[in-house]
Amino acid sequence: MKKLFELDADYQPADFKFTAANKKKVEQIIALYPNGRQQSAVMPLLDLAQRQVAKVGAKTEPPVGGWIPRAAMDHIADVLDMHKIKVYEVATFYSMYNLAPVGKHLVQVCTTTPCWLNGSDEVVKTCEKHLGIGMNQTTKDGKFSLMEVECLGAGVNAPMVQINDDYYEDLTPETMKEVLDLLAEDLKPEVGSQKGRKASMALSGPTSLEEKAKKAGVA
Amino acid sequence: MLNDADRIFTNLYGWESFSLKDAQKRGDWDKTKSLVKKGSGWIIDEMKASGLRGRGGAGFPTGLKWSFMPKDSGKPHYLVVNADESEPGTCKDRDILRNEPHKLLEGCLLAGFAMGAHAAYIYVRGEFFNEGSALLKAIEECYDKGLLGKNAAGSGWDFDVILHRGAGAYICGEETALIESLEGKKGQPRNKPPFPAMAGLYSCPTTVNNVETIAVVPTILRRGAGWFSGLGLNEKNAGTKLFCISGHVNQPCNVEEEMGIPLRELIEKHCGGVRGGWDNLLAVIPGGSSTPCLPKEMCESLPMDFDSLREAGSGLGTAGVIVMDKSTDIIYAIARLSAFYKHESCGQCTPCREGVGWLWRIMVRMVQGNATVEEIDMLWDVTKEIEGHTICALGDAAAWPIQGLIRHFRPEMERRIMEYRKMVA
Repeated sequence: MKKLFELDADYQPADFKFTAANKKKVEQIIALYPNGRQQSAVMPLLDLAQRQVAKVGAKTEPPVGGWIPRAAMDHIADVLDMHKIKVYEVATFYSMYNLAPVGKHLVQVCTTTPCWLNGSDEVVKTCEKHLGIGMNQTTKDGKFSLMEVECLGAGVNAPMVQINDDYYEDLTPETMKEVLDLLAEDLKPEVGSQKGRKASMALSGPTSLEEKAKKAGVA
Repeated sequence: MLNDADRIFTNLYGWESFSLKDAQKRGDWDKTKSLVKKGSGWIIDEMKASGLRGRGGAGFPTGLKWSFMPKDSGKPHYLVVNADESEPGTCKDRDILRNEPHKLLEGCLLAGFAMGAHAAYIYVRGEFFNEGSALLKAIEECYDKGLLGKNAAGSGWDFDVILHRGAGAYICGEETALIESLEGKKGQPRNKPPFPAMAGLYSCPTTVNNVETIAVVPTILRRGAGWFSGLGLNEKNAGTKLFCISGHVNQPCNVEEEMGIPLRELIEKHCGGVRGGWDNLLAVIPGGSSTPCLPKEMCESLPMDFDSLREAGSGLGTAGVIVMDKSTDIIYAIARLSAFYKHESCGQCTPCREGVGWLWRIMVRMVQGNATVEEIDMLWDVTKEIEGHTICALGDAAAWPIQGLIRHFRPEMERRIMEYRKMVA
């Protein structure tokens, strides 16, 4: 799993086109921005390309997770009438665009201070040991890639990881393993707090909004 | 402690759905038209009188900011909502997006109308995929019911709201970087002036506001500026505020409280106290990672508001309170933040691009103690070379946590250096 943008790597497919369904989405996305400002659509289109690759693959063999081939960037440059380099600049600037193949489940462990204070080191160790890979590596079966990321904006529910689109929060080494085991079996773990609390409410119950809490049955 | 009757975000924890139906039961979108009919002058005056200060970190008076939008520019005006919440320790906007999106959307219409904008772009950080999807659903509900679009909410004002997802860049929380990103470029901040109110998105007059700032607007206009300004410590630090308390407390949580609530009360009433008791407290980062840490002695009776925290040499920032108990390696805690800023520097200005890397490398050695005492002074000096010498405040934000560390924990840094020397001797 490489973060570097390798234009001519052998995993790069020669060609990329949006699927028919996504072509419609491309039009809808461009229409969200004023006339002549279609460059604004470059980020949503890169995301769309990444999601398409996750679904249907970039080459014929089944790849695993979402990433953005160079051919997709070139195609997007054509669609939006942009210079290719401008698309490459955007694709390489933002951390969520994967520029090389990744595993089906991209495990991103937050290790910034609030998560670290609450045990992200243990979560990192658990992932590495349980998956048998280090940071920025992919398991042999292509199921998991592991990454360390910066603050994901859920520090009250620390420690936490993001796996593809979902957050798993309030983790312990045990619950981290459970989440990974379920995903390995292609089952869907419960998203959000692994300690069963609602959103960012205090674990033992709310300290405000008393009447509402009673009505909701959480007090 | 704030009365429940004065709380704005009554579905903060998502006990009810975020749907329009439930939101309307909570009072959202109630006679929005009549608020619009009072005119943009009235809205801006009310916002000024309410004392609301921007909730994204800088604390600039919101009504005043809106009044900077030109009256007759001949160009489209834009409202841009900053939902790129990425400041370590902060997760309040996330709760608004997923549990109270209609407060934000109604606020967009009212704020947009007040500044002459027919469109709002809400820039949601890419990682908040599910939160963005909740917001998108709420936007669709609004279009279905005529609350957005042509003649929005029957107000006679056409108004569109567009969701734009980011893709992982802390810097896009800086307003001009956000605008660049929205235009389809790398998120690198612009020089100011021109300020966005003159030339922002697509070179048109633009106001960028935080999610929480916009989401409290409808309630303020409905209940009156006097109600909001009557809450809080004083008229300059008014209203309610969402606090996010993380780290070494027994019950980390988000909670809406009165501006100026003492830090100790906040932690003990809502978070079950510091892990191991108040006396086990080492330090607090009061307003997100960018604000300098404060040692326990300063936390005893510290009011949590913009001006009190500034006087204490820190800041309210985003009100992301990071609590650290005595087990914390405070030097590592700050060094980890240096790694964060190094990772997130956009690379545009040399003092930040190179300097923050320097800070991090020195901090890594400070964690071990593999340094000299003089290097603490050099570290301080490097922070001063960065602070104020960059286009945006990311350089400052990288410098401040280290300055806080040196100001309050220099003896610990020196102790570690001595220990390391003994160890290698």
